[in-house]
Amino acid sequence: MKLKISLFGITKEIVGSPELEVSTAENATVAELQTELARQYPRFAELTSLAVAVNSEYAAPDQLLRPHDEIALIPPVSGG
Amino acid sequence: MQIELTDQPIDVAAALAAVQDDGAGAVNTFIGTVRNQSTGKKVVRLDYEAYDKMALHQMRRVAELAREKWPMLRQVAITHRKGRLEIGDVAVVVAVSTPHRAESFAACQFIIDTIKQVVPIWKKEEYEDGSVWVAAHP
Repeated sequence: MKLKISLFGITKEIVGSPELEVSTAENATVAELQTELARQYPRFAELTSLAVAVNSEYAAPDQLLRPHDEIALIPPVSGG
Repeated sequence: MQIELTDQPIDVAAALAAVQDDGAGAVNTFIGTVRNQSTGKKVVRLDYEAYDKMALHQMRRVAELAREKWPMLRQVAITHRKGRLEIGDVAVVVAVSTPHRAESFAACQFIIDTIKQVVPIWKKEEYEDGSVWVAAHP
């Protein structure tokens, strides 16, 4: 399935775009998406952390992804 | 509960007005401002980027969590700025009102500390000779 991923901050800079489309197996997990992204973008591995948000919540590694989920990469936050 | 994300200068007085409550004997406010240096480097300005929808949702969650921990909490107002900020600008305001002062300090500190951990907002520090996304790399 094709997943649309929103990018912010340093991940947007690394990819050079505010959005990314990734192909994964049907019912891929968050961990599988992270593995695929790390393969495509080795610079992600240099970050302190890289969480995945699904529908505005932080997602656990074993969470299943659906094509219509709102998915975003969350590099280390630094608000405040 | 008043939760806002804005690209306009934050009105601190409006945040204070939002937590006015006749049952409160204490109002506690945290104001985060832009500092002119970071780890020894001169900062010329900051650029804040937010994942708006999730940031608002998570700020609301933080306020709800505070209310679970301090059920006597009367009002909460959180306003975070985004976009380009200059030295001295207000980046975030947290205001709470409670019946007594001890809980107002504790709840206000909990809210700002938790915001910094979970709310998807990112700041880029601009120096005279470059820029860095804060906390991105070890």
